Amino acid sequence: MSSYLEANARERLALFDSFEEFVSPAQRVVSPHLAQLNAPVAFDDGVVVGRARLGAATVFAAAQEGGFMGGAVGEVHGAKLVGLLRRAVAERPDAVVLLLETGGVRLHEANAGLIAVSEVMRAVLDARDAGIPVIVLIGGSNGAFGGMGIVARCANTLIISEEGRLAMSGPEVIETANGVEEFDSRDRALVWRTTGGKHRYLMGDVHRIVDDSIPSFRAAAMEAIAAAKQGPVALTLEALEVEQHMLEQRIARFGALPDPLDVWAAMGVAKPSDVPMLDVDAFTAAANPHRQGA
Amino acid sequence: METLNYRFDQGSRKLANEPKIVGVVSSGNLEVLIESASLNDACEINIKTAAVGFGSIWQAVMQDFQQRWQLADTRISINDMGATPAVVSLRMDQAVETMLGEAK
Repeated sequence: MSSYLEANARERLALFDSFEEFVSPAQRVVSPHLAQLNAPVAFDDGVVVGRARLGAATVFAAAQEGGFMGGAVGEVHGAKLVGLLRRAVAERPDAVVLLLETGGVRLHEANAGLIAVSEVMRAVLDARDAGIPVIVLIGGSNGAFGGMGIVARCANTLIISEEGRLAMSGPEVIETANGVEEFDSRDRALVWRTTGGKHRYLMGDVHRIVDDSIPSFRAAAMEAIAAAKQGPVALTLEALEVEQHMLEQRIARFGALPDPLDVWAAMGVAKPSDVPMLDVDAFTAAANPHRQGA
Repeated sequence: METLNYRFDQGSRKLANEPKIVGVVSSGNLEVLIESASLNDACEINIKTAAVGFGSIWQAVMQDFQQRWQLADTRISINDMGATPAVVSLRMDQAVETMLGEAK
């Protein structure tokens, strides 16, 4: 079984050659909040962190478990991510690889969860500032949403599958807040057109799209680590200004369009309605002349 | 939540030292942490379950489990989110098989 989507967090660690866990489940560092709410805890609080080998590279890696509370970030979960990133600054691995699958903040843990996510963002940027590239992989069924969607966009490189999703507010949240006319969360095709891997690749929000397999994510992560070392790793003011410009252009060009199909047509993609049916290679070939931020 | 504890004495099969964890705490599923521990040849099982009031069924499933494996000096810790007895049995077998290096 090599589907990345169907694997759980620990099964996804198969993409590394070896893995040595920090804060193992046997240490039972569990959420202090969930017990107070009479809710089940997990011995790893829904995230595996540790040191891994990936080909010739030593990396620090984290894998979020989407099955446990949707991969949501509580106090312990967030602290494990922050600790991993800070240890990376101290021990200087070749890269940090984050296998994200998360709905964002764990609302049960309220302020502790919110603070945890903001600390993760800061820690990602600190790692980059120390010259350690951060690579994010997104291919779980829960995608990467909320504050962790922002964390993902703080990384050097994002790798996604067609099944992966990346956004801020989830579909149900948008429908609840703005009405079904704004966004029909039950329209799965619309949800994936709007937040799925292919749209994110076309919009320039991610750097690579791969098919849904652990070996494909592995290969892409290895290439991303090698490539990240060629350029500047730290976030620069210049890069932020380029991104700001891209976002302004995006609003100007596509802001009035109601559906990603219209966006793709406006970008010049030949047959937008065929895009969801293309395999990764055919899609990449069709998308590359038109995608943003390339 | 309900906490259940079981202890089965006079087991015969000892396991490796390295703790293993299998399964995920998600709806209808559970995680099983299995460790070797000095328990005077006993197997201790600690369960925290979201489904309250099923103690007698857990007892039967645990007895069947220990009859199959006869574990000694083993501590098993379970976080359960409403898994059915069949899922519990399979997950616990998977935990032992992982510990024995026989996992498929």
